Amino acid sequence: MNVIYILWLRQLKRYFRSKPRILGALGQPLLFLFALGFGFGPVYQRAGEGNYMQFLVPGIIAMSVLFTSMFNGIEIIWDRQFGFLKETLVAPVSRVKIMLGRTFGGASVAVFQGIIILVISLLIGFRFSSMPALLAALFFMFMIAVLFTAVGTAIASLLEDMQGFQLIMNFLIMPLFFLSGALFPLNDLPAAVDAIVRLNPLSYGVDGLRGALIGQAQLGIWADLGVLTFSSFVLVIIGGYLFSKIQI
Amino acid sequence: MKSIEQTDEAVIRVTELSKRYGNFLAVDNISFTVRRGEIFAFLGPNGAGKTTTIKMLTTLLTPTDGKLLLNGYDPVREQDAVRRSFGIVFQDFSLDNELTARENMVFHAVLYSMPKNVREERIKMLLELVQLWDRKDEQVKKFSGGMKRRLEIARGLLHLPQIFFLDEPTLGLDPQTRNLLWNYIRELNEKEQITVFFTTHIMEEAERAAHTVAIIDHGKIIARGSPKDLAEQTGTTSLEEAFLALTGKDIRDEESESNGRMLGRMLRGRR
Ligand SMILES: Nc1ncnc2c1ncn2[C@@H]1O[C@H](COP(=O)(O)OP(=O)(O)OP(=O)(O)O)[C@@H](O)[C@H]1O
Ligand SMILES: [Mg+2]
Repeated sequence: MNVIYILWLRQLKRYFRSKPRILGALGQPLLFLFALGFGFGPVYQRAGEGNYMQFLVPGIIAMSVLFTSMFNGIEIIWDRQFGFLKETLVAPVSRVKIMLGRTFGGASVAVFQGIIILVISLLIGFRFSSMPALLAALFFMFMIAVLFTAVGTAIASLLEDMQGFQLIMNFLIMPLFFLSGALFPLNDLPAAVDAIVRLNPLSYGVDGLRGALIGQAQLGIWADLGVLTFSSFVLVIIGGYLFSKIQI
Repeated sequence: MKSIEQTDEAVIRVTELSKRYGNFLAVDNISFTVRRGEIFAFLGPNGAGKTTTIKMLTTLLTPTDGKLLLNGYDPVREQDAVRRSFGIVFQDFSLDNELTARENMVFHAVLYSMPKNVREERIKMLLELVQLWDRKDEQVKKFSGGMKRRLEIARGLLHLPQIFFLDEPTLGLDPQTRNLLWNYIRELNEKEQITVFFTTHIMEEAERAAHTVAIIDHGKIIARGSPKDLAEQTGTTSLEEAFLALTGKDIRDEESESNGRMLGRMLRGRR
């Protein structure tokens, strides 16, 4: 327990001490929020779909959580390159615990990053339905965060250096985001796109967030909950396994 | 020496150990033992396989071949028991730059589940020993190279392990700190019977501190014995001369240090 806590604490300290990182991680989601939110708003309205900004905000929160948590998982590569990873790997502590501590730490940071987006959204006019809804939203953020920190951990355990990072960014993170329904509603999609969206676990996170915040879950909140819980569980196991096999 | 090796007093036992990276054999079928309470110097030129051997002993790397026993446990199959048995100062950097000196120490103490009161006491004692106590709340990234090294050593000494691995612990340290470190380690060794396994390129250090020296070159152990034995075996008067006599037989004799090594390795790789 102590071990998980100290690893969690380390992730938080590293995050809060690095202001450029906090700001940097806000850039892209905010750009999407403003450019798409204000840019597509009128078209969306004319199509009779309602307020696009309301629809978009949960998607952008999910984006921010996705990016931050993936990045936190991948931080293992940094730790490997800067040498600190060795310190944790020779400690008489099960590596699964170490992985869990890192994952919760990374996930907490990602949730915090999502909260910042939510607060900024409130300032530009976003409204969520109720206080309990907010709690549910926090829960979904946390699930997304755990899931993708574990994905990041799994990937980072297999990589030796940062060279593969761009590859992951372009071929994993971006597709996950764009094909998750974060930016568009799921009605009347071409069959192939619809199938991909339904296979993408992030879709269920986005949908859950949207269900919680504005009451518009298209996949169903129980499906969201089930898929997220199941896939987090599986990915934490895979991530934990790969992490425990790291050699230096 | 031989008879002691064969007793159960061996706290580290390496049998026919090899490690292959791709098709490069970094450690080539080595066997040796380290007795409990011994200060053991593992010497050899750059790239000889010292760090690789230490990584295998400390569960960071799995051997390609051979058997290992550390404190009675197998580093491949009984990792947790092995990890509880040793402390280590790595050759290369291993601190968290973003954390303060104290936070790095506390992190370590928690990983090694030290009780809180013991922890605070020892952290203070060790940071004072390496003269970093008044900078304990500064982030490590603001430290000089030598200060980082001192902190790593303090951290390595924090929990009291049965076996201490020190991979070039004095790298980048000034003579004052080097002396301080060796005095402290010798004291630990005498008082607590801690086994010390270290590498260094400073032969006087090994000569002064080590009970036993093993010399590894190109992944093979080429000599073993007390510093005195080795000098006698080679008909020289110091460990440094003995080391050069043993490892400098080929091209390195004539060439300047690093070039000679490179060239030597290239030529050897060809044959
Ligand atoms: N990850 C790796 N992949 C490939 N080769 C490696 C790897 N690590 C080490 N080697 C090679 O294995 C050999 C032994 O390296 P090792 O680090 O054990 O040497 P060393 O005795 O510790 O040297 P030094 O005194 O320079 O620290 C070297 O030739 C090195 O190039
Ligand atoms: Mg080395």
